[in-house]
Amino acid sequence: MGRYAGKRIVQGIITVWFIATATFFAMHAVPGDPLSGEKAMTEQIQSNLKAKYGLDQPLMTQYAIYLANIARGDFGISFTQENRSVNDIIKEHFPVSATLGILAIFFAGLGGVLWGALTALYRNRLPDTIIMFLVILGISVPSFVIAALGQLSIVNLNDLTGISWLPIGGWGTVWHMIVPSLVLGLSTMAYLTRLMRSSMLEIVSADFVRTARSKGLPPTQIFTRHQLRNAILPVITVLGPSIAAITTGGFVVEIIFAIPGLGRYFVQAVQQLDYTVIMGTTVFYGGFLVIMVILVDLIYGLIDPRVRLE
Amino acid sequence: MAESTAQANQFAPLETTEAVQTISRPSLSYWQDAWIRLKANGRAIFSLYLVIGLVGFTLAGPVIWNVDPAAQDVDQISLPPGAARVVTLVPESSSWAGGSATGSGLHFAEPPTTQHVRLAWDAVPAAAEYRVYRTTYSIGPERALGLPLFETTETYFEDLLDLRPRNYFYSVVPIDTTGQEMDTFETIEGTLERVITESEARDRGLLLPGETAPMGTTYTLKWHPLGTDYLGRDMLARLMHGARVSLFIGFLAPILYVLFGVVYGSTAGFIGGATDQVLMRFADFVVALPFLLFMILFKVVFAVGPGESGIMPMLLAMVLLLWPATARLVRGQILQIREEGYISASRLLGAGTGYLVLRHMIPNTMGVILVTITFAVPSAIFTEAFLSFIGMGVAPPTPSWGSMCNEGIKTMLTTPHELIFPALFISITVLAFNLLGDGLRDALDARMRNRE
Repeated sequence: MGRYAGKRIVQGIITVWFIATATFFAMHAVPGDPLSGEKAMTEQIQSNLKAKYGLDQPLMTQYAIYLANIARGDFGISFTQENRSVNDIIKEHFPVSATLGILAIFFAGLGGVLWGALTALYRNRLPDTIIMFLVILGISVPSFVIAALGQLSIVNLNDLTGISWLPIGGWGTVWHMIVPSLVLGLSTMAYLTRLMRSSMLEIVSADFVRTARSKGLPPTQIFTRHQLRNAILPVITVLGPSIAAITTGGFVVEIIFAIPGLGRYFVQAVQQLDYTVIMGTTVFYGGFLVIMVILVDLIYGLIDPRVRLE
Repeated sequence: MAESTAQANQFAPLETTEAVQTISRPSLSYWQDAWIRLKANGRAIFSLYLVIGLVGFTLAGPVIWNVDPAAQDVDQISLPPGAARVVTLVPESSSWAGGSATGSGLHFAEPPTTQHVRLAWDAVPAAAEYRVYRTTYSIGPERALGLPLFETTETYFEDLLDLRPRNYFYSVVPIDTTGQEMDTFETIEGTLERVITESEARDRGLLLPGETAPMGTTYTLKWHPLGTDYLGRDMLARLMHGARVSLFIGFLAPILYVLFGVVYGSTAGFIGGATDQVLMRFADFVVALPFLLFMILFKVVFAVGPGESGIMPMLLAMVLLLWPATARLVRGQILQIREEGYISASRLLGAGTGYLVLRHMIPNTMGVILVTITFAVPSAIFTEAFLSFIGMGVAPPTPSWGSMCNEGIKTMLTTPHELIFPALFISITVLAFNLLGDGLRDALDARMRNRE
């Protein structure tokens, strides 16, 4: 297990380096440079600014400085917000996105496992048909439409009852989080339900389940101990990629529900061409996703010993 | 020893007395077999028809419904489908200096039309001024009076501001000498009649030059089957042209990156060894790039110039980022097929590498590749819609379903049709491809069959 973990971590570090390099050279391939904006400035100011941001150095020197800074966890200063460091921006906005994402993953995982198990148990009967229809709907409707419908239903709920049960947008209390995280987790929940259903269907007819039944175990115990625990394994493997889908899917939900998360900030930074913020956020997200995937793989190794043998 | 000697007549064939059992079914190729299985799947065939219908909508639609998607119909802005299109000819507007006081409270001095709404009310003794409000919602106890239009010392008001043929609620609140609004106010409700003046009618081509018509003549405005958007553009035409963008990206991007993935993966899988290791490690890194972030990043890198639609940068970015999944899949398949008996047999018969790859390996992975493409189409359509929705996709005025949703969501509460139609098209397309993909996977890929 230690060797496996070590190998994964080394791979992860190389991956982050690759992401950082790709980001750096992609951003430097952007036509024009960050300072040739709309404001006309004298040569003197321009060269001073270039010196301040290190843009007067040769490209490879800039790259070396950039990598060294990232290694120290320093993403530089924002171009559009004077003297505000990218680290500050991430520190301020990322916890919001992370809270939203964790809640969404929680809803998606819980819902996916429960609905999936239910559909498998009621295979080809009414609950199965209804849930699978909703699942297909959840996969086919774009996230922004789901988000818009979610917001619309809050508006209607508040309108009909005359009491504001839930806020329409913004961030701050637990009440702000419920609908956005449900909306964010919905498509992942649909995907996990499908996965859980097919894995559960294999388990339902497995030999060990028949053995358990013939031993006279109560159905609830067969369900929790034998079926659920085994069927859940494939769901855990896709949790890593799901985290990636949810964090980036957060962009739309953050925009629609006016949540001050990092995704919304990233979209803003791209619109304002804030180079350091774009680069910093991309590398940060990339690194975060790499860590998440490694963590999920390690957890999977703990749960399923067969993985470690490979 | 004579008994053991074989006699020639012992080996004579027996007389055939009954018909030998023959296999009467014709042999089927892999694709014929798959097609038969697909045809048996009702959902898949239904979605196949849907896909064909969508392609027809995109290609033949603009020929049948030949309306410019960028043309604005300023008389019909944000109109839902089936809205009244009748318009009445009225004289040109002239200035109005207030009506005669009638003592009947707040009332319309003339029937309200989209040309002007003329209000008159009784003077309130303590009032120094009156403030006029307008809203499209009925006024509840919370006194949401809407948009403050004007403050006046007179007892009449003429509203000319952006009038639409719908219900309006006008409120007049007296203001006392200290500038405070008084508690008592009057509200009036009225439905505006859609009218047009003679000069406007000529501009719109309803009245031909030299032709005159008596006042009160009614005309029917241009028909928009699915209504119009917030700039008065025809929704149906925009949906058709938007489908071109969405389906173009949706089809071409998966085909291109799957093709690249196939070449890359089969090279890695067939050569094997160190080359395979290096190629696949590189693919692993590309997989690790956060997809949507890099899509947005590439959008900045391939800066969209003025007048460009931004479709090509998006296509290129998708191809650059999405090939590794196919490469991995194809490599796995090739590695598996390489060990099969028929490959060894073919090699023994003197087949070269190129022949093996083209004749045996690629055709045997075609099923998996086709399924991958079918599932890649909806995700490419989603990506395009997502990027256009956050304003990072196609540049306006090029319509795409995603950008139409983005425009429609702003007026979701008042004119939901602007969001519903593009959202419906995206959902149906994605649904059709998902179901078709499921059917194809069941029909083509024996390993995946019966998993759900």
